[in-house]
Amino acid sequence: MAEKTPILSAKDVEIQFSLRGNMLKAIRKCSLDLYEGETLAIVGESGSGKSVFTKSFLGMLDANGKITGGSITYEGVDISKYTTEKQWRDIRGKKIAMVMQDPMTSLNPLKKVGKQIQESIELHRGIKGAEAKKMAIDMLAKVGIPDPEKRYNQYPHEFSGGMRQRVVIAIAVACQPQILICDEPTTALDVTIQAQILDLIRNLKNELNMTVVYITHDLGVVANVADRIAVMYAGQIVECGNADEIFYDAWHPYTWALLSALPQLGVKGQDLPSIEGTPPNLFQEIKGDAFAPRNKQALAIDFVKEPPFFEVSPTHKAKTWYLDPRCPAFERPENIRNYKEKIRQRG
Amino acid sequence: MDMLKYSIRRLLQGLITVLLIATVVFLLMRMLPTDYYFTEEQQMKFTDEQKEAALAAAGLTDPIGEQLLDFYVDLVHLDFGESRRIQSGVAVVDVIGEKFTISMRMGIISLAISLCLGVLLGIGQTIGKDHLVDHIGTAYTVFVNAVPALVSYSLVLVIGSRVFGLPSVYSSRVNTGLSMVLPTICISLSSIAGYALWTRRYMVDEITKDYIKLAKVKGLSTSQIMVRHVLRNAFVPLAQYLPASFLLTISGSLLAERFFSVPGMGPLLTDAISRYDLNIVQTLVILYGSLGVLGVFLGDVLMMLIDPRISLTGKGGGAR
Repeated sequence: MAEKTPILSAKDVEIQFSLRGNMLKAIRKCSLDLYEGETLAIVGESGSGKSVFTKSFLGMLDANGKITGGSITYEGVDISKYTTEKQWRDIRGKKIAMVMQDPMTSLNPLKKVGKQIQESIELHRGIKGAEAKKMAIDMLAKVGIPDPEKRYNQYPHEFSGGMRQRVVIAIAVACQPQILICDEPTTALDVTIQAQILDLIRNLKNELNMTVVYITHDLGVVANVADRIAVMYAGQIVECGNADEIFYDAWHPYTWALLSALPQLGVKGQDLPSIEGTPPNLFQEIKGDAFAPRNKQALAIDFVKEPPFFEVSPTHKAKTWYLDPRCPAFERPENIRNYKEKIRQRG
Repeated sequence: MDMLKYSIRRLLQGLITVLLIATVVFLLMRMLPTDYYFTEEQQMKFTDEQKEAALAAAGLTDPIGEQLLDFYVDLVHLDFGESRRIQSGVAVVDVIGEKFTISMRMGIISLAISLCLGVLLGIGQTIGKDHLVDHIGTAYTVFVNAVPALVSYSLVLVIGSRVFGLPSVYSSRVNTGLSMVLPTICISLSSIAGYALWTRRYMVDEITKDYIKLAKVKGLSTSQIMVRHVLRNAFVPLAQYLPASFLLTISGSLLAERFFSVPGMGPLLTDAISRYDLNIVQTLVILYGSLGVLGVFLGDVLMMLIDPRISLTGKGGGAR
């Protein structure tokens, strides 16, 4: 994968929000490459900036947020410099599409679901009327909604949560985007529906040859679908690698902490490990490794100097001093060894 | 035909409501001191016997049950009686008919104006939220609501008659059209503010919803989102009140009609009460009651037609 050229490349992206006169640095020099046809998962806790980071690929930041540094190169153009909505509209829905978290509120309650899919088709494909309607019905069938002709004329309230999420996905992929960003697509759904939705996205990805970016805090989801994983903490990607490398050979202490907190690894009768403390205040300048205050094995240098990225393998890098050759001996948490087998065993 | 059954049921309920209102008003009017029955002149000239005789002739000394029964019988025959003091001897229906055409004409024009301007202002305020248009709109709304109506009417009158030379008093003979301009503007003042306020409120409500974000992610432009998604959805709660506002244009505006000497419906009810013109009071109450009931019913039907989630026939629309 290393020799491939990325289809989207974010370099040192910085995003700030102004809140009541203060500047909040939501994203601090974040870099990420997306390759064609892969499934990348971005994981991290709430507020780590995973959602904001990907929204910036679509110009969907809230009005008080701004990209203040770095570049996002897509199709040879630095889209982070886009200023008008008109420029973004060439990308949104057409080349990069997004599936949002809550299907219960993502659809217009007063419009027929078929029309909502059709709207997207008519907008980007220049097809109108009966032909667009037929394509919308085909899309409904494609996302696994039975009896699509009848369903076309129904309203969102006549659909269940899982079915609505299928409609939202149909809207997103209706114009065969190159990149599909799924922002916690299964969080608001019933556990039994989650797997179906993930399957659907995987099938659509293969069929339409899309690149899929999952944003999630659920490593269980990640284990099933992702080729590559990027771990985010306090507005930065701290570790990034192939799924196996993250699950078997994680290096960043935050990745360890995330892995060991997974419920599937819990031992009956024992408390589930949790990550103590709180994420750093992003209004203030962060010194050293942002995770150091919550890391029981933190090194002295973690509090002083921000670690650079060290390469573990050509596809795997982590932003931690543990990878520095001068680092003293340390131990990974015992329970994350042989991680993937454990997840598979326990489901 | 669920809908037909539902409509019949609602209208029957409405009929009962109106009948109850009419009864209550009928009884209340009978409790007023009978002194009001006479003019000041009669009050001084008449002897007690003469007064008794006059009241007895009008049937006002009969037992209350009997009077009520007579009232119902007349109602069934759609006989609303004659006016006694407002326009002596003229059938109530004619008195009201003549006045309500005047009020309704101004009311409908005013409704059209305020709906157009109000909704437009609301849209403008939403798009330019926290900018100039929004501030102007807010200032207007605050002004209209905070300043007593008579003051703003005077302002309209002064500007209208001095600057534009418009007639300051309503006339049914000469230049009726022109003389309607100022009263119509005055009636519209506060309803423009009302429509603007509610349009803005409902639109801002819609804009923050998730499906608007989805529409944006789809690649729709701001104006497409506004027209196709926001405006239509924001109009639903507004639509519910439209039929009632339309029907009640008949009732006219008490203040504006007094202010410009419009011989409309506005001052009629209070006049009739203070002059003990029982038939007019009862007929007006029945009229307003019916319009109100009908307005709410039509509002519900309209709402059901434009919002697929709402079902009036009780099968239940769904979760959300």
